[in-house]
Amino acid sequence: MRTLLKSLKITIAFCLFFSVCYILILWVFALVAGPNKGNAELVTLNGKVVGAANVGQQFTKDIYFWGRPSAVDYTADGSGGSNKGPTNEEYLAEVEARIDSFLIHHPYLNRKEIPAEMVTASGSGLDPNITRQCAYVQIKRIAKARGMNESDIQEIVNKHIEKPFLGLFGTEKINVLKLNVALDEANKSIIAEK
Amino acid sequence: MNTEILGIAIQIILLVVLSYPLGKYIAKVYKGEKCWSDFMTPIENFIYKVCGIDPKEEMGWKKFLKTLLILNAFWFLWGMVLLVIQHLLPLNPDGNGPQTPDQAFNTCISFMVNCNLQHYSGESGLTYFTQLFVIMLFQFITAATGMAAMAGIMKSISLKTTRTIGNFWYFLVRSCTRILLPLSLIVGFILIVQGTPMGFDGKMTIPTLEGGEQTVSQGPTAAIVPIKQLGTNGGGYFGVNSSHPLENPTYLTNMVECWSILIIPMAMVLAFGFYLKRKKLAYSIYGVMLFAFLVGVGINTYQEMNGNPRIDDMGIAQENGAMEGKEIRIGSGDTALWSIVTTVTSNGSVNGMHDSTMPLSGMMEMLNMQINTWFGGVGVGWMNYYTFIIIAVFISGLMVGRTPEFLGKKVEAREMKIATIVALLHPFVILVGTALSSYLYAHNPEFVESEGGWLNNPGFHGLSEMLYEYTSCAANNGSGFEGLGDNTWFWNYTCGLVLILSRFIPIVGQVAIAGLLAEKKFIPESAGTLKTDTVTFGVMTFAVIFIIAALSFFPVHALSTIAEHFSL
Repeated sequence: MRTLLKSLKITIAFCLFFSVCYILILWVFALVAGPNKGNAELVTLNGKVVGAANVGQQFTKDIYFWGRPSAVDYTADGSGGSNKGPTNEEYLAEVEARIDSFLIHHPYLNRKEIPAEMVTASGSGLDPNITRQCAYVQIKRIAKARGMNESDIQEIVNKHIEKPFLGLFGTEKINVLKLNVALDEANKSIIAEK
Repeated sequence: MNTEILGIAIQIILLVVLSYPLGKYIAKVYKGEKCWSDFMTPIENFIYKVCGIDPKEEMGWKKFLKTLLILNAFWFLWGMVLLVIQHLLPLNPDGNGPQTPDQAFNTCISFMVNCNLQHYSGESGLTYFTQLFVIMLFQFITAATGMAAMAGIMKSISLKTTRTIGNFWYFLVRSCTRILLPLSLIVGFILIVQGTPMGFDGKMTIPTLEGGEQTVSQGPTAAIVPIKQLGTNGGGYFGVNSSHPLENPTYLTNMVECWSILIIPMAMVLAFGFYLKRKKLAYSIYGVMLFAFLVGVGINTYQEMNGNPRIDDMGIAQENGAMEGKEIRIGSGDTALWSIVTTVTSNGSVNGMHDSTMPLSGMMEMLNMQINTWFGGVGVGWMNYYTFIIIAVFISGLMVGRTPEFLGKKVEAREMKIATIVALLHPFVILVGTALSSYLYAHNPEFVESEGGWLNNPGFHGLSEMLYEYTSCAANNGSGFEGLGDNTWFWNYTCGLVLILSRFIPIVGQVAIAGLLAEKKFIPESAGTLKTDTVTFGVMTFAVIFIIAALSFFPVHALSTIAEHFSL
């Protein structure tokens, strides 16, 4: 019984120590040093918020770069992968269907040019990034839809490639939302039409 | 040179290099020697005082265990009550509802035993209050429980003949204030700067570029993620854990989080050497563990970076490996590394979906948990290895005709019985659980249908999903082949049961062995003593572990992961 009482007391003590003090230290730190005062970092276009920098969003229009398939359709108050096994026939058929639809939207591509990232779902369903190849294969479609030069778009893409950490570790990536915002900024007439 | 491979290499190097000073520090903390963190002393004394604890009281192993178990039972009640009434408590800006009793039972047990298996999704299944006062609190204190148990064992081994093994409260509090807290703060600061949310504003609804709307869950994420990793807990803030772009926004955070999983378990092994002044023994144990770890990293990195052959068959460009269930900023190589790091320890956090990894990667993930002793959970992983050392000492003693002794204590029938029970319990609960669920799946389809059908993948992979779930529970790991529809009556209760059995029976058994050995007469080393700090003995222990732990699972792997590999 004495131990039980001690248990209660120490649990409350730990609550104060961790759930209150530790939390307050980090919270205050976030208010001062966090990118958006402890909230998710935002991206703006002409002063208007257009999304969270680290959270992927759905792009379906021809004038934008598309992100990866998402098992949860980019709902960001839930998250999830497909959890399909590598030999699941139903899953493989789904990937096949995605390839076909990608080819319809990009008729100038060969099958072997399609990056696997564009037809496989991400782990979180909210992947904000694509690879360099994923962006390159979409340029022609976007140039046509926007009436822009392919080389201009290529330049914007290249500017948005984020190198591996310290140039040495990990993967190279492009933030789809930031890239699309840059496209809109370079090509203002499109926004007027929207 | 491939930057993904470089990234993996640097992480492993950082782990090995930094585990040395941390191990030294941990030994000092448990010995109560002078160190830089002494400024915590007033806070600790305050905690002892208000709780009426005498930190100098020496406990026998039975009292030590009793205190540990009562405290844990109390935590179970604490969590259960708060989860069921969470909708009535403050800090619930998203208006989430209460957990059902079977779900709360599973959640509570799983966090109490440091497993962090989650049959709910953090965005909707918890409130900010329960995230902080149940989930995060448990992540600190249950990790500290495992560390305290190991500290008790270390103390008992270090004394020549003793009836006491130290003070449980003292070890518990010091683990929290001097090891877990400082490391968590550092990791937390890095995460915040990199963009992990840390606030209480609740969901944010923001317009998207194409003119739609997106609701983004956030909250005190950056406080929970560090201890989730450092305490080998693994219970993610968001449903998809560290593959979520807010929980793990950049490659740097990924490196830091991955490092945080393994650093304390690695340092603990070395701490044992420093504490006992038997560095050579610690190095030989560390060496065996590191070897097994690297084998796993090699296999999984190759499997994942090589990609899915079935996707290759479709004739598209699969240059970055098997990316189903993985994130671009992390990459297939690092997801493979993490999948090993998280399963050799009892962490269970993920940065990509294990269900979608290649069959042989899945096999390695499961084997690590089925062996459950390469580094392992904070404290308890080393204790599992200790069990196998006892068995190895006994077997090799018989083989070469020497009295089985470990660190000057004779290993006799009673200790051997306990060690064997602990070692065999693990395959027993996993295989019985899998057999039961497979039987129901095959012979009672109506029941399975009424529970939502369970499996997300047919065939061999379906069996892997069920096997993985029980393996993860028994190893107190908490990761999952998340395709399994596991938030049901059957899985919540059976998994809860497996969780309790496989956390507390080993801890009780291991502390008991240490306590029993401590009471025995100390026999000084002589020419006739079996040397336990040699490479030969390291290989011997590896062999014992491989035969007892790994081969028990060979038949079931032949039917699940290996069969799937050959059907690729």
